[in-house]
Amino acid sequence: MIRIENLAKRFKKLQALADINALFNNGEVVSLIGPNGSGKTTLIKSILGMVKADSGFIYVNGRQINGDPSYRNDIGYMPQIGRYPDNMKVEQLFRMMKNIRKVPEPELDTDLLVKFNLVSIFEKPMRTLSGGTRQKVSAALAFYFNPGILILDEPTAGLDPLSSEILKEKIMQEKKKNKLILITSHILSDLDELTTHVMYLQEGKMIFLKDIGSLRKETGEDKLGKAIASIMRGGKKEVLWINEVLALKATVKTD
Amino acid sequence: MLKLSRYVLYDILRSKVVLAYTLFLFVVSFSLFQLEENDSKAILSLLTIVLIVVPLISMIFTTIHYYNSYEFIELMLSQPLSRTRILMSEYAGVALSLLSAFFIGVGIPVLLFAFDETGMALLFTGGSLTLVFTSIAFLASVKARDKARGIGAALLLWFYFALIYDGLVLLVLFSFSEYPMEKFTLLLSALNPIDLGRIFIMLKMDVSALMGYTGALYKDFFGSGTGVLFTAGIMILWIIIPLWLAIRSFKRKDM
Repeated sequence: MIRIENLAKRFKKLQALADINALFNNGEVVSLIGPNGSGKTTLIKSILGMVKADSGFIYVNGRQINGDPSYRNDIGYMPQIGRYPDNMKVEQLFRMMKNIRKVPEPELDTDLLVKFNLVSIFEKPMRTLSGGTRQKVSAALAFYFNPGILILDEPTAGLDPLSSEILKEKIMQEKKKNKLILITSHILSDLDELTTHVMYLQEGKMIFLKDIGSLRKETGEDKLGKAIASIMRGGKKEVLWINEVLALKATVKTD
Repeated sequence: MLKLSRYVLYDILRSKVVLAYTLFLFVVSFSLFQLEENDSKAILSLLTIVLIVVPLISMIFTTIHYYNSYEFIELMLSQPLSRTRILMSEYAGVALSLLSAFFIGVGIPVLLFAFDETGMALLFTGGSLTLVFTSIAFLASVKARDKARGIGAALLLWFYFALIYDGLVLLVLFSFSEYPMEKFTLLLSALNPIDLGRIFIMLKMDVSALMGYTGALYKDFFGSGTGVLFTAGIMILWIIIPLWLAIRSFKRKDM
């Protein structure tokens, strides 16, 4: 469970987050949606303690985060761009993480490790891996310690369709185990089958946080992309990002 | 903490820069002892190396290492580890490798050829300077926004401590040559670890006889037990304060 109260963060002139309030419960898959630079990654990094908020509070599993790093034991994080020490081999990376997290061997979740066949590249140094393979390593690491909260920043970007499908299946499985999963993505069709809640951010402000059922009911649209677009049309005039996306898709299709 | 330092050490050893540094120090020290008839003359030449090269290499190596391990640090930040522990592990890894390079490269030849008070003073000064400048370089790299600025700041600081500071001291001494300055110069020497190290070693040598009245005063002070304690105390302050400032600023940093 994550509770966010009045969270604000400013980078010099840019207001990255402005007065965010939210509650994410176990068993939910929350999609963070918004245009580039809307504060999605900043929000995620604030939860992880990598960005220090100017004001406001974040509670993870009921405990306020304030310097004690132990709450991160229950979080698996898959970054947008996984960057790892160049000289480290894949196997060493996993061994090091095991060393740090001290999770007993039988509790480890090696599902993705097997499905992505990462064992075959265990001896390769991280620097020789392609972007997609690195994403697979990031994903496998995030799920490895069987955490109660999963934070996935653009998980399917850069993955081939097969791997992307494997990852989505894995997310579905974890959802059934009553875990809290936060996902950011620009590929709304990927989120369609997974998500239970949608949080829409724009210019650091939270425009809405709704469950998918009421979103569909309110808009009468079944697809997530269209549902959000219709909310945007009915609501704020200045928020036109989603229309642009849909327009672009339409032109691509007619071509 | 040592668990993390192990990976830092492993990464450093893989890059082989420290190995080259060790070899360089060893070859220079060894050939100096071979070339000079008089061992104390060799120590004098070695003193220049210790006072100029050791701080320079310590600073540049630390700064480059810090920026190269940015990915590692980022990865560690999303794990249940405190920021203090992450930075201290980095410091321990870098300091340990530079210190061993110095003690193997310079220590072994000194123990073989000049195992006396002067030799020990040289090793003490070199070891302290390694730790001091590693600590200062950490402060510079944490504060600087990017690699270029970080290395620039490290170089400037080195210029200041190794060259500019002496010029400033001379300027002050000339302008106030009418006044008794002995106590004041003692204070000035404490404000620069390189100067302090130089005075500490010089007074153990015969050349200190040439330094006149001030030299006599210095010899009186640094030759005594208080002098040794004073030097060690100031050096420890020079190690702890920059490192403490670096940790303080690292804790507030957005990654």
